[in-house]
Amino acid sequence: MPVLWLVIALLAIGAVGYILGRGRALKSAGGDIRKLHSLPSYYGWNAALKALVPALLLLVLWSLAQPFYINNSVSGMIGDSEISDGSNRGLVMAEVRRVADGLDNVVAAGLMSAENAQDGLADVAAITQQLKDAGQVVTSEITQPVLAAAQRYRVMKGTGNLLMSIAVIALALAGMVWGVKESHFDFWARNVVERGIKALLIAAASIAVLTTVGIVFSLIFNTWEFFRLYPAADFYTLLEWAPSFSGRGGSSDLGILPLLWGTFYISVVALVVAVPIGLFAAIYLSEYASPAVRGFAKPLLELLAGIPTIVYGLFALLTVGPMLLTVFGDDGFGWMSGGRAVMTAGITMGIMLIPFVSSLSDDIINAVPQAMRDGSYGLGATKSETIKQVILPAALPGIVGAILLAASRAIGETMIVVLGAGAAARLSLNPFEAMTTVTAKIVSQLTGDSDFASPEALVAFALGMNLFILTLGLNVLALYIVRKYREQYE
Amino acid sequence: MTNASIIPPGSAPEPRHGSLTTADARTKKRNAAEKRFRMYGIAAIAVGLIFLVVLLTAIITNGKSAFQQTFIMTEVFLDPAKLDKKGDRNIEDIKKVSTFGYTPLLQNAILAEVTDRGIETPLTKAKDMKALMSASAAAQVRDMVIDNPALIGLTVEFRILASSRVDGYLKGRVSRESVARDKSIDAEHLDLTDALREAGVIAKKFNLSFITGADASESRAEQAGMGVSILGSLFMMLVVLGLSLPIGVAASIYLEEFAPQNRWTDLIEVNISNLAAVPSIVFGILGLAVFIQFAHLPQSAPLVGGLVLTLMTLPTIIISTRASLKSVPPSIRDAALGIGASKMQSVFHHVLPLAAPGILTGTIIGLAQALGETAPLLLIGMVGYIASNYPDGIASGFLDPNSAMPAQIYEWAKRADPAYYERAWGGIIILLVFLLTMNLIAIILRRRFERRW
Amino acid sequence: MYDAPKSLETTLDQKTIKITARDVQVYYGENHAIKDVSVDIQANTVTAFIGPSGCGKSTFLRCINRMNDTIDICRVEGSIQLDGEDIYDKRVDPVQLRAKVGMVFQKPNPFPKSIYDNIAYGPRIHGLATSKADLDDIVEKSLRRGAIWNEVKDRLHAPGTGLSGGQQQRLCIARAIATEPEVLLMDEPCSALDPIATAQVEELIDELRQQYSVVIVTHSMQQAARVSQKTAFFHLGNLVEFGDTAQIFTNPEDSRTESYITGRIG
Repeated sequence: MPVLWLVIALLAIGAVGYILGRGRALKSAGGDIRKLHSLPSYYGWNAALKALVPALLLLVLWSLAQPFYINNSVSGMIGDSEISDGSNRGLVMAEVRRVADGLDNVVAAGLMSAENAQDGLADVAAITQQLKDAGQVVTSEITQPVLAAAQRYRVMKGTGNLLMSIAVIALALAGMVWGVKESHFDFWARNVVERGIKALLIAAASIAVLTTVGIVFSLIFNTWEFFRLYPAADFYTLLEWAPSFSGRGGSSDLGILPLLWGTFYISVVALVVAVPIGLFAAIYLSEYASPAVRGFAKPLLELLAGIPTIVYGLFALLTVGPMLLTVFGDDGFGWMSGGRAVMTAGITMGIMLIPFVSSLSDDIINAVPQAMRDGSYGLGATKSETIKQVILPAALPGIVGAILLAASRAIGETMIVVLGAGAAARLSLNPFEAMTTVTAKIVSQLTGDSDFASPEALVAFALGMNLFILTLGLNVLALYIVRKYREQYE
Repeated sequence: MTNASIIPPGSAPEPRHGSLTTADARTKKRNAAEKRFRMYGIAAIAVGLIFLVVLLTAIITNGKSAFQQTFIMTEVFLDPAKLDKKGDRNIEDIKKVSTFGYTPLLQNAILAEVTDRGIETPLTKAKDMKALMSASAAAQVRDMVIDNPALIGLTVEFRILASSRVDGYLKGRVSRESVARDKSIDAEHLDLTDALREAGVIAKKFNLSFITGADASESRAEQAGMGVSILGSLFMMLVVLGLSLPIGVAASIYLEEFAPQNRWTDLIEVNISNLAAVPSIVFGILGLAVFIQFAHLPQSAPLVGGLVLTLMTLPTIIISTRASLKSVPPSIRDAALGIGASKMQSVFHHVLPLAAPGILTGTIIGLAQALGETAPLLLIGMVGYIASNYPDGIASGFLDPNSAMPAQIYEWAKRADPAYYERAWGGIIILLVFLLTMNLIAIILRRRFERRW
Repeated sequence: MYDAPKSLETTLDQKTIKITARDVQVYYGENHAIKDVSVDIQANTVTAFIGPSGCGKSTFLRCINRMNDTIDICRVEGSIQLDGEDIYDKRVDPVQLRAKVGMVFQKPNPFPKSIYDNIAYGPRIHGLATSKADLDDIVEKSLRRGAIWNEVKDRLHAPGTGLSGGQQQRLCIARAIATEPEVLLMDEPCSALDPIATAQVEELIDELRQQYSVVIVTHSMQQAARVSQKTAFFHLGNLVEFGDTAQIFTNPEDSRTESYITGRIG
């Protein structure tokens, strides 16, 4: 783990910087702490931060950039003729990396000498066999260019890592020297350190933005790849979802519509379960319940929200499904042929969403000013009339926002539909039939054996893109409505 | 006020209402509607609570049997003629004897238990005993012999795992009807199991290895345990804690204490509230594309899982941390600033320590949420991997492929053998115990340190 | 048992007594907020409750239509009779009571609905209108009585929350009138209004006296003097003095009343 050692070395340099910086400042003041502009530790921190922060930043950037650079230059070694039909450059490069990693591991395990691994004229078959014997993952026979590329890859990676270590440590030392030199009694160390810390705080806050950028870029990039291999028009208009598992592209029907239908249908069932129960529970808890009942029922209901989705998934698969099957299956109404169905997933998801709807609605109902209730009671309205005709209309925007948030949850929910809804994409109206959703297909397309460059895998990113846009739109709309609603009563 | 003058002056109206104590028909109707409405509310709460009870009952009734396992108690003669043909107790030679060498010894031992007790059964051959015991039993005995070669030649008492069918029969999962379609076990075996159970050779015992053990292959449900995936979850949580706490606190401090009102701050705030509502599977896609495809971090590694869960938990932690920072009254900040502390000092010396309990509570709740999350882990390869090896050390714990508790449960739920369903429910009990403990700690922290200003 | 203030007998005239309160005690948990209050409220009269903040005048007002029922910890003892019926009797439905005894609050609280729906709300829940035309009629009549018809007749379907503060309060008064109450309780109805709006509301209150018994809680002694015929002075939960407004303000019997009126306590 050279990176770990590098980090430890950096920390050591930082510590040395702290001690030197602090000591030098104290010395410049003749040991009299009162002469210093700042507390001695600030001089130490100044040197330590100057040593650590730029060096760590360089380390991260270098580690990100190096694979890119190496990939590009190694990729040039492989001629187009080396890429067999049905394959592509990305797959060959993956093989190159695997071979290089395999060589690394074999050498590290002492099963092959370092010279042997770098031998440009080595027998390809022999090396393949050696790698396989050592338990390394090598899918096919290694060809000469791939081996050469892999060897080059290793060399570049080795020198790259060495250069990186040197550069990073040099930068750290330079920073430390700078920081220590600055340490003089009239240097405003505290202000400099505080500015540095503030920069770090800003960096931390920006991670949220970076995450979004990361999400958007990884989705856009791979979706773009997908649409180059598969026509976007088909993706949005085909009524079929039938990925082929053997061929690479061409023979698959990848239409999003059946998946959207399944997602929509299951979400509607979930909301039909969750919204009335959640809303009435919230109304009862906030308007009728005595403090004792509220203190007892509210946490219990919220317990439902703390249960992980995998538990609901299993509950759908092994409890709700069989239960529905006994009533609606062949022994009952005969509408249902298997435990996995829209109803199974929808009802379970509804149960999961009850506390979500009820706690959001509870907040929103409580935000309606007491003056409204007084006004209505003062006119001789009963509680239910007040709720139905004054409080709910007043809270309506907020409740709509809450329902939209719940809908966005339902659309994005994965585990329940993966386990409870089934795998077949279907455009059907029968809620007792198995259907599948966008999220379930993202999982199945990315956890199968198909490689990442095929349209069958890349389609998952296009699905993810649509899911992201859909839920983001709902969230933004819902948050906007709720915010406006709250402002109205503030 | 011209418009008020239409009222005829001085005309006291007739009483428009009847007596207060007798409800008129309309009031009766309205009060009935009131009662109905109230009933809807009670019904909604009741339905919600019933769902909770059904869910918990399903988990407990289905899962508790996973903590018990059927064992066969038998005395095995470790035959030197089979295990150490040369007789010199050379460890290398002993290691050469594979589990196939041990299986007959075990089968003989069980047959001996049957014949010694004079149990009548059509199953008279040693090979017939194979269906009773787990395929892992031979390995268990072999490991013990390799650890202590001196045992060879002795008769040693062993507690070996029964096969999952026998286990299922004792737990009621396997019945005589289901056995009729089952190739691996016959009705005679069940008769024999009954007899051996009465004789005390076969019995259900507490199954510690379900909690501490490793996952097993598809055909050995009786052997599978949660231990390795618990470690996987633990390493993931270390990553999440180590990253999301400092980053989350730093981000919250900036947003709450230092951020100017500008577009960048607005952008960050909108981002955080939206990220909190992004479906978790999208974070899985992010992890797959950025950490695995782009940065080439190892697949299935707890490090990657931890990174993905960190990004997912950050918004939760930031939101709760900001709330606890906000609850520290401004007078504290003013007091510190007033005696010449810098803004940074007032925050780090006064505000942050006062907000610490709230921050900690929020972090624990965020961690609990991350611990139960499954969907993103599916995409970074933590499912499908059979977590059968304990990590060798700290580095291997972070970097070697592993599973995690919820991913392990999902893995078991997908397997065809119903014996794994029981284990999936059992795994849920373990997972919920962890979550409950974390939430209890959070509640206690809050009760203990909560300060009202 | 009958322990009315002395001034009561001398000021009784031909007007009928609408509300009779005897020995009313109100507790908020442990706190004894109203002590031994007995008062008679006449029909077609404006009765003002005055007194310093926290003296219990609003609390007592809220007892008259049982608005205090909505507060869990509040407990009322003694008897309050409306037309001879005890309003705290177990058989009394507070909803029916409140239809008879309307209330206007300190802060204008129009519902977030249209002006029309605000007024129509009460008639609808009490079933006072048999047809749409009937309801239109009630709405117009109430708005006219609330002295706000001319200002809103062209925008009946605009939201009630869009009106100015004074208009909102007159809308709330019109809303209370629309249910045809017999008594109208007003809890500091002008405290959130500017002087011009206050003058308009006061003028309205004077006109409402023709048809209703009005009870008004006010902080302003000038207001009490301007609009009321009877005044009750509350102090620390006690009813100190009750009598003709003119007499209370010119010749109070109790020294505490005098101190308050002359600005020495309050």
